[in-house]
Amino acid sequence: MNQNQKETLLSVSCLTVHFYTDRGVVKALDRAELNVSRGEVVGLIGESGCGKTTLARSVLRVLPPGGRIIDGTVLFTGKDLLKVKENDLNTSVRGKAITLIPQDPFNSFNPVFPVGTQIKDIMKWKGNAQDGKEIREKRILEMLEQVQIPSPRDQLKKYPHQFSGGQRQRFMIAMALLPGPSLVIADEPTTALDVTVEAQILQLMASLVLGRGISVLFITHDLGVASQICERVVVMYAGQDMEDAPADSLFSNPRHPYTRELLESLPNPEGSIKDIPGEVPSLVRPPEGCRFHPRCSQATDHCSRQRPEKAAVAADHWVRCFHPVG
Amino acid sequence: MEDTILNVKGLKKYFRGFASLLGRRAPSVKAVDGVSFQVLRGETFGLVGESGCGKSTLGKTILGIYRPTEGSVTFKGREIAHLAKKEAKKIRKDIQYVYQDPGISLDPYWKIKRILSEPLVIHTSLSRKAIEKRIHKMLDEVGLSQEHLSLYPHEFSGGQQRRLGLARILCLNPRLVILDEPTSGLDVSVQATILKLFIELKRQFDLTYIFISHNLSVVRMMCQRVAVMYAGKIVEMGETHGVFSDPIHPYTKVLLAAIPVIGKKHGREKDLSLSGEPPNPENFPSGCRFWPRCGYKKGVCESVEPDLRAGVHGRWVACHLVNQ
Amino acid sequence: MSGLRLAWIKFSRDRLAFSGFLIILSLILVAVFAGVLAPYPEDTFSIHPAARLQPPSLTHFLGTDSMGRDIFSRLLFGARVTLIISIIAVGTSLLIGVPLGLIAGYSENWLSELIMRIADIFLSIPQIILAILLAQSLGPSIPNVILALSITYWPWFTRIVFAETRSLKQTVFIEATEALGANPLRTTVLHVLPNVSSSIIVRSSIGMGFTILTAAVLGFLGVGAQPPTPEWGVTIAESRQYLPDAWWYATFPGLAIFFVVMGFNMLGDGLRDILDPRIRRGFE
Repeated sequence: MNQNQKETLLSVSCLTVHFYTDRGVVKALDRAELNVSRGEVVGLIGESGCGKTTLARSVLRVLPPGGRIIDGTVLFTGKDLLKVKENDLNTSVRGKAITLIPQDPFNSFNPVFPVGTQIKDIMKWKGNAQDGKEIREKRILEMLEQVQIPSPRDQLKKYPHQFSGGQRQRFMIAMALLPGPSLVIADEPTTALDVTVEAQILQLMASLVLGRGISVLFITHDLGVASQICERVVVMYAGQDMEDAPADSLFSNPRHPYTRELLESLPNPEGSIKDIPGEVPSLVRPPEGCRFHPRCSQATDHCSRQRPEKAAVAADHWVRCFHPVG
Repeated sequence: MEDTILNVKGLKKYFRGFASLLGRRAPSVKAVDGVSFQVLRGETFGLVGESGCGKSTLGKTILGIYRPTEGSVTFKGREIAHLAKKEAKKIRKDIQYVYQDPGISLDPYWKIKRILSEPLVIHTSLSRKAIEKRIHKMLDEVGLSQEHLSLYPHEFSGGQQRRLGLARILCLNPRLVILDEPTSGLDVSVQATILKLFIELKRQFDLTYIFISHNLSVVRMMCQRVAVMYAGKIVEMGETHGVFSDPIHPYTKVLLAAIPVIGKKHGREKDLSLSGEPPNPENFPSGCRFWPRCGYKKGVCESVEPDLRAGVHGRWVACHLVNQ
Repeated sequence: MSGLRLAWIKFSRDRLAFSGFLIILSLILVAVFAGVLAPYPEDTFSIHPAARLQPPSLTHFLGTDSMGRDIFSRLLFGARVTLIISIIAVGTSLLIGVPLGLIAGYSENWLSELIMRIADIFLSIPQIILAILLAQSLGPSIPNVILALSITYWPWFTRIVFAETRSLKQTVFIEATEALGANPLRTTVLHVLPNVSSSIIVRSSIGMGFTILTAAVLGFLGVGAQPPTPEWGVTIAESRQYLPDAWWYATFPGLAIFFVVMGFNMLGDGLRDILDPRIRRGFE
């Protein structure tokens, strides 16, 4: 294995984010922690409200109105992104060193401009400054071929609505890779796609990033998808990170009670269904300590008073739990 | 077959394109293009396919929201496809439809109590007290409480909204319930809870389900029989276990191979049958609609549409390779 | 926290809307209690030639007019006239326009085309000219003003209700209601109408401002209220020959019209935001 792969590219620690709304303060992230090595594909999974999207947005500091980063550090190649000036963030990080593939391919493009115009504009801004127009175009066409868009030169003249969701997502992937990023944040990139198209896109993404040293933070709520493309998976619940392990270990031998119950509640062909008792807590008044404790079969008093530290239960397999299972 | 509660024959639903100023009409969208199947009393019948295959339109046409362009729908022995409005209203009581996104299927300006009472007000002449009693009981059945009655739809979570959608139609004691994407957008754990609820309600109210979904794992678990749709037609139909473990139609094979399953990685090589996308419903390919993406095609596939034919073990397949 | 209370808190935070609300509230209170608030209530009909054209002072806050009548008191009573004209005009337009809009929006055939074309015809009638014509043929009066305003304002309601009904028809919950077996009457009245109500209320508020202004213009032109009615437009008309010396004569009625119209507009904007129950319940 490449020595580089062990180098940490992104290190999020103690990240706390609150949202100020009419209903009160939503404590969306609570001292969340996450590490991405160079060239690694890390999956961020969890159900709605777990904070995965908030975490990803915080890395780029593009939170929706009402959101505030209260505490924490986001170290990216040694620099704390939370302390970098907004201007520097725009010129060198956003859309360049860290790019984003958004969730909804149907609304990511401006509908009144041809696709080619939009891509070229972005490359003018985010690509290599020295590149002339021809080189830029050449790079764009090459990338479009890599994402398997046939006859790219003709396609660039078309408008977004003339493309299907899968095709638009391919454009998105191209745009995310063109600036030569070290980290790509993919926010539920296949959720809105049909299953056969999803399979194609996943294969495509895997072939484009693996072995090229590009790290991916892959956000999804679909555990099957995560198992297809992610080397490492972090499980989140109600704003806290719960388990952090290589994908194979996590899915075959989950150690956190939540992860285990989550996997057990997946539909299985035998027809028996197991669900997790209780409901996702309100984040305005979240439970103290480990936020899963009210629903956890292993919970004790201790769990309600203190949040567990991240501890290793096996090689490279980390869990935040006082009573790990398995 | 007295066991058959629903019998659909040659059902078609075309949507006419808009006429432009110059009088030229955009081509029709052939959402459902000749579908035939039967649903047995008490079963959960699955209808799967990707977007644009016509499964939702099929469900709505059976219910009567859309008037069929052609074909027949027989419910409990009675032909209901081309009924007049008045007659249709009587039948509507017995077939109900649960929407994919329940949040938007409930009037945002109405309180839950009124929303739940509405079907009873429309279809029965029960007194207010009787209606209230039924609603209270129904809320219990779906796992909600009395205090929810005075709230508005948007104050509920997705899972709760789904329960409300169910409660609303169950008040009418339908015989057949068409569930349109009942778990899409739900978290895995919430999905599990809802599915348990479906099973329980089916048992208790003696329901028959048509389960429309693109989520194959859920369908595999919930349905006894399943029909796979592609481009407005059924391409394969049969017992779920058989279809999933031994798919015959090339599309079914592709579909099942594409499901991201934990522990089973997709093939790394570029698989021909996984290329391309579902066809545009305004412009289907000639012959078998799947041939542009099919890895097994023969010459005849490009020109002649295959019929859905019965084969071994009650499996129906529409494919030239199988039907000699 | 109850929905209404939450709505109130949100509303009061919107300064523009809240100011509008205060202005309109004052208008209503003034109109109702004019008899008590006015220092010289008799000045609606009696004249005091000796005290004519006096500038604002402690005895006459806003001065006196050409007949020596206290302008302040007449303004207060004028609020009554103004309010009555607008309420009846807007109310009538609403009663005509909204049902027509619902019918046109819900049906998708020749009927809706017919209604909308008729609405277009009425929309193209110039209000002021119509009012003048009515005044010429039937004699100038307040009822004629109300008639002219109603006839020309109802299409605005129809248009808005039509557009919203059409878009609501596409929504899932309307489709679901129809799927349950509801007939068109039930669907439009019980489901569509509440969902368009916020637009109607906003349009009514703005309509009030608009009709007040137009009524004042008509009064000014002499085709509406007649002297000695203390209508604001009439007062401005009277003041013309005494300008610019008796500046108070025209300024204060003018300011009154200005604030009231602005108040209704600001209120209308604010109402739009709070009338949706999703917002009323604090949904962010």
